[in-house]
Parts: sequence; C-alpha cells; structure tokens
Amino acid sequence: MEPVPPGVVRAIGGRFVDWLPALAVFALGLALWQGLTTAFNVQTFLLPKPTDIATAFWNDRGTLWDYGLYTLKEAAGGFAMGCSAGILVALLLARFRGLGLALLPFAIAANAIPIIAFAPITNNWFGLLNPVSKMVIAAVLCFFPTMINTLRGLTSVHPSSIELMRSYGGGELAVFRRVRIPNALPFMFTGLKVSAVLSMIGAIVGEYFGGPTNALGVSILNDSQLFDFPRAWAGIMLASAFGIAFYAAVSVAERLTTSWHPSARTFRSE
Amino acid sequence: MSVPGRVVSISGLTKSFKTGVTALQEIDLDIRPGEFVSLIGPSGCGKSTLLRIVGDLVQPTSGTVLVNGKTAHRARLDHDYGIVFQDSVLYDWRTVSRNVSLPLEMLGWSRARRKERVREMLELVELTGFESNRPWQLSGGMQQRVSIARALSFDPALLLMDEPFGALDEMTRERLNMELLRIWEKAASTIVFVTHSIPEAVFLSTRVVVMSARPGRIADVVAVDLPQPRGAETREQPRFFELVTAVREALAAGGRGQPAPTLPAGTEERY
Amino acid sequence: MAMASVPALERHRGIRVGASRAGGALRRVGTFVAVLAALCGLWEGYKWLWEWAGWTWPFTVDDVTMPHLHDILAAFAEPTTTGGPVLIDSLLHAAWFTAKEALAGFVLGALIGFGLAVVLAHSRLLERGLLPYIVASQTVPILAIAPMVVVGLGSKGLEGWKAVAILAAYLTFFPVAINALRGLHSVDARALELMNSYAASRWKVLWRLRVPASLPFIFTALKISATASVIGAIIGETPASIQDGLGGAIVNFNQYYSLQPTFLWATNIVAAGLGISIFALVALTERVVLRRAPENVA
Repeated sequence: MEPVPPGVVRAIGGRFVDWLPALAVFALGLALWQGLTTAFNVQTFLLPKPTDIATAFWNDRGTLWDYGLYTLKEAAGGFAMGCSAGILVALLLARFRGLGLALLPFAIAANAIPIIAFAPITNNWFGLLNPVSKMVIAAVLCFFPTMINTLRGLTSVHPSSIELMRSYGGGELAVFRRVRIPNALPFMFTGLKVSAVLSMIGAIVGEYFGGPTNALGVSILNDSQLFDFPRAWAGIMLASAFGIAFYAAVSVAERLTTSWHPSARTFRSE
Repeated sequence: MSVPGRVVSISGLTKSFKTGVTALQEIDLDIRPGEFVSLIGPSGCGKSTLLRIVGDLVQPTSGTVLVNGKTAHRARLDHDYGIVFQDSVLYDWRTVSRNVSLPLEMLGWSRARRKERVREMLELVELTGFESNRPWQLSGGMQQRVSIARALSFDPALLLMDEPFGALDEMTRERLNMELLRIWEKAASTIVFVTHSIPEAVFLSTRVVVMSARPGRIADVVAVDLPQPRGAETREQPRFFELVTAVREALAAGGRGQPAPTLPAGTEERY
Repeated sequence: MAMASVPALERHRGIRVGASRAGGALRRVGTFVAVLAALCGLWEGYKWLWEWAGWTWPFTVDDVTMPHLHDILAAFAEPTTTGGPVLIDSLLHAAWFTAKEALAGFVLGALIGFGLAVVLAHSRLLERGLLPYIVASQTVPILAIAPMVVVGLGSKGLEGWKAVAILAAYLTFFPVAINALRGLHSVDARALELMNSYAASRWKVLWRLRVPASLPFIFTALKISATASVIGAIIGETPASIQDGLGGAIVNFNQYYSLQPTFLWATNIVAAGLGISIFALVALTERVVLRRAPENVA
C-alpha cells in the first residue's frame, strides 16, 4: 500500500556499482548469521544456520520449487483479478467524480479492515483445495493499492492539460485516452508493484488456513509442526524469493511501458 | 450579428462567478484578421478569463462571442484556434515531435502528412534535432516553443496565448518575443495575447487593450503604431517609450478605481 | 492513506469550499447510511438471487456460506458455550487483547522505523546497503515465521502477547521507515542552506528542519501502519495458538463454521471494526498535530 521510493525503483536494474553496498551487506549478514548461530549454539527452532537451510532446500529442491510455483500461480491469479478490478473501479470513480469523492472515504476505511482474517471464509466458499479460495484473498489484498494509486494518477492531472484537450474539441473520451490514462500509468505501476508482493503473501496466508499439500504455505506449516525448521525456513526463503521475483517482473514491465517518465532519467548524453 | 472581417467579435459580454464576483462586465471588442492584440491589466481583472471565453473553455454569463463569424463553441469544435498556456502543458509521455502532432492526430491527419507538418513546425520554432527528446529534457524556453509549434501546427485562424512567457527569465522572454513576431508574420495569423508586462505588450502588439479590475472592464485601448517589422532597435525608439508610458498611465487610471470610460461599440477603431 | 487525498491540482476546481460545516457533516452521515444500506442490500440481494436461481458459480450460496445479516447481528447476543458469556462480550475482550498487541507493536514499529530512517538519511552508503533488505523483509510471509518467533521468544521467557506485538512491529516499521526516509530527504535545498548559514549542527537541522518536514510523510505511513499492526497482531496469534485475541477467536470459530457460521462472521466484523478504529485514531491524531483543515483530509 506504499509507494516505493524512487531509490528502490532505480535500484531494480540500476548500475552494478549501486548494488555493491547491498551485496556487501548480503555477504556480511550471511556470515554473521552463520557465525553467531554456530558460536552461540542457537537452537534450530529459533533460527537455523544458513548452511542448514541451504542444504534442506537443495535436498528437496524439486518438490519445494513445484510447491512454490503452485502458490505463485494462486498469487498471479489473484493479482490479475484484484488489479484489473482495481483499475476498472478507478476508471469509473475518475469518470464520475461526484461518486468518487463520496465513496473514497469508505474505500479508505475498508482498506483498514484486516482482510487476511477473511481467509477462512473464502476457504469455506470455494473449498479448501480450490486455488480460487486463495486467489480471492490475494485479489482483495491487491484491489485497494491498485485502485487508490490508479485513481490518484487519473485525477492528478494538470487542469491546463484538460483545457488543451477541450480546445481541440476533444470530449471526455479524448481526455481519458490522451491525458488521464497515460498520466496514471506510473501511479498504477506503484500500486501494481505493491500488489505483486501482497498477492504472494495473501496466497501463503490463505494456505495457512488450509490448502492442498502441494502448496508452499501448507508445506511451511507442516514442516514447522514436524520441527523440520531448516526445511520450513527454506520454504519461507523461497516464498520471499518468489515475491521479489514477481515484484521485479512488474518493475521490468513498468520500465518498458513508462520509460518516458522523468523518474527514469534517461538523459541523452549531450 | 456577425461582423464581416472580424476574427473575434465580442459584444456585451459579462461573466460573474457563483461566488458573486463579477469578473468581466460589458466587454465589447472586435479583432480583425492579422491583428496582434494584447490584453493587459492588474491580476484579477479577468484577462485570462476573457481569453478562455473566446476559446469556449469558460462560459460567459451573458453577451455574445463570435469567432470567425461562428459561436465560440462551434469554433472550438472546428479547430479555429490554437492555444498556448503559461506552462507549456506538454505531455511527458510523448516525444517533442509527438507533442506537436497531437492536435493533428485528433484531426485525423495521415501519418505522412503529420510527419511533414511536424518537421515544418519544428523548423519554424528552430527546434530541428530535438524531435525525439522528452519535454522534461528541454529548457523552459524550448518547452514553450514546442507549445507554440503545437498550437500553430493545424493552421488555426486565431492564436490565443495566456501569459506564455510569464514564467521565463527576461532574456529568454525578449528572444521569444522576437521569435513570436517572426512567426506571426510568417504564419499570418491573428493573435490574442494576455500579459502583465507593459513593454512586452507594446513591443508585440498592434493594439493593447488595457483592463481594470473588479469588475474587469476595458479601461482603454492603445493603438501601437510602431513600424513593422520590429527588432531590438524598436525598444530604443522614443515612440516605444511614449507608448509604454501611455499604457502605464491607462493602467494607473483604471487601477485607481476611476469609473471606466464608457466606450461606445467599436471605440477601439478610433485610431 | 494520503495517496487517496484528492489531488491538490484539481481540488480547487471541483469542490466548492465554504459550504456550511454542519451541512457537510449531515451530508457525510447521510452518505454513510446510504452506503451502508447499499452494501447490506447488495449482500441480501445477491444471496436471494443466487439462492432463487440456484446458481452455484462462483460458489454455492446458502445460509452457511452467506448467513443473513440479521442472523449475524443476532449471533452477538448468543452465548458462546452453554451457560458462558454472550458472543459480543467475549469478542470485545478478544478485541481489547488484540488491540493491546497491535498498539504495542505499532509504537515499537514506528519508533524502529523512524530511527532507521534517521540513520539511513544520514548515510548514503547505509541507505544503499540496507534499503533493498528493508524492502525485501516485507516479502517474507510473516505468518510463516510467526510460530517460530512466538515459540522462540517464549523460550526466552517472553509472554505470548509480547511476541505477537513484535510480529506486529515487523509489519509496522516498514511503511514508517520508507516514508520517513522520503520525508527527511524532502527538505528544500534552500531551507538547508539557511540552516547552514546559521551554522546549525546536524542534530539541530534534524529536529528543526528535517523532522517537521517529514511529519506529513510520517503520518501517511502511520495510517498504513495502523492497519498493518492489526493484521500483524491477528495473524501472529493464529499459528501461535494464542487463544485470548481475535486471531484465536477466528481459528476457534473457523472449526465450527459449518455448524455456526454466524460466529466467524461476527468475529470478522469486530476485527474490521478494530482495524477501522485504530486507523481513525491515527487519522484524528494527524488532524490535531498537523492542524489541517478538514477539507484537506481525505
């Protein structure tokens, strides 16, 4: 629900030098983790050693990967449903401003509802084993950030831009097609990137309240109940990695479609 | 009541807002083809509103506005005018050349015709070579030149300009003033120009319409008889200073809240 | 959230300021009632139509999947166990318990987030090194680590609710850190030069200039965090087998859903109410602290 700062946006696909500190922190953090868990003999149920997690993942890579893909599919389905609904509603609210202004406070309040608490209910609606039950939770999580950001993009248009369109005799349709929608794209992508991460979390949480055994969330839960913590952590890391990959994929799509935006800062060398 | 040979014909125009403020009162103004008319006045005198009423972007409360002998509404739908705002209002998501071709796209011109016209227009405003740049990569002056090229691209009979150089520095402004005169001559169009700079109004115009505030009225019309074509030396002629003084005094008279002189219709033709 | 506020650029054209405040409040209450009624009507209408037509897509509608609203309301007055307290009673207790966790986590997370932002704002190197991981931290499914955190911290002698508060803080710190960082960076270069002309120390620049400038950004984040802390508290409770809060109630009533669906719905309504209340609390604080005109708050 949070616009990611330009620094982070630029970090995706930025220059290698920009990544150096992050890589250094990664190496240092990993070494510290390994060193401290070994030195202080931290119990596995608190935090397993990175090497143990890596081993657990490697031993079960095929299975865990398939589980991850299953959950990613649920997330992607929910993402597609929630984001398209969000964009459609944003278009409607931008077209009918009075309606939008009246309903917006309710949308904001609704956004404060802990949607995740509804996971048991969607499980009940669609059945525990039906992936749609997880997709719906992911979709509801994706709906708000996408809708609110897109609406903001559609409406934060300079008044003169609209006057220009009207000076050409353009109507509401022309204003949407040539001004509002292009203007909304960067805003929409901010929402989509947040949604990408949320959809993965939504799918996992949905699975926590019950799901097929070949889902990553169910696997993590089972592993931790069976005290196989390295494998549980391997699953958690994989879920996180899939979330980041989804985010990165949306970022790439953003770069391709909104390269014109000043934040892309691709000055020609002159 | 179309007046032949008038690009703009305004009579008895009044505009009051819902708040009760009367922005414009009893405005009568005729503009002939080829004229360069400046609207000057203190802030709040409604000069920008008047310009927008001519462009059918704001609706008048009463009175008639004819553009090319048609209603302002019809004229807008017929693309009879181009408009330039104080900020260039270029779309970040379009390149310079696609910004210029925007009105042409809306008019349904073919790709080849658009390309040729964009080339001509960028040549006119001396921006050849910047076709594929993004607007935000240009300086403020260059952006405003793109905006002028866009406004002129479809050969409108009338060019409306709302303080187009107000946000620019003095040096850029004087250079663009010269360029605008050159473009005006070449494109042979009629220009209505809103400004708050007295020297700019005098330097550019054939007529300066001086407005008073609250309510906005035409306080005086000063005909500028400086010879054409004008150049840097125009600003040094004694006549230039006389006219600047005349406009300044007219502004001061209007600003002191003196009753605006009652102007019979067509007063501005007394010169 | 602030991104929902009506953009300033268009605000001055669309809305007429100056309508009497009482009239505005009345209209707002009217809209509220209308929207609520519309939602209820939609629920009951959908239920009726699907049951009448016998449609099973996208799911079968009956009194279990979609209980009548009046049944859900009636459930609040039913006893949870024979002879036990009525549902509303136990739910309010649970809500208070969860609110305690959420608020503790909210405060903790906000402080950590703010501290982190101050540190990162003063070091470009740290910002580059740590920011990607702060972002990545939010892709970890918190629910998945919840049992381990609760059990792990429990073995160190920490009470269950405090461990859940830490989980809530984990979700809370992120928006605050990111937004505060942006706010601290948002300071006008000339304002900084002015401070430098006074030879102000970094500390003074921070408190006199950077922090005040970042307040609107921080409040935007706090409103997001308010919701996040409630989510963190609820989902922290569920796998950790903490029975006293709303999360525990959700897990509990979920098991009896096919017998008593109204109890889970009632619990979720209370959870929604809690989320909205904490959000409203922060939004209200924002109004007082930033002294904004009501029109400027979405």
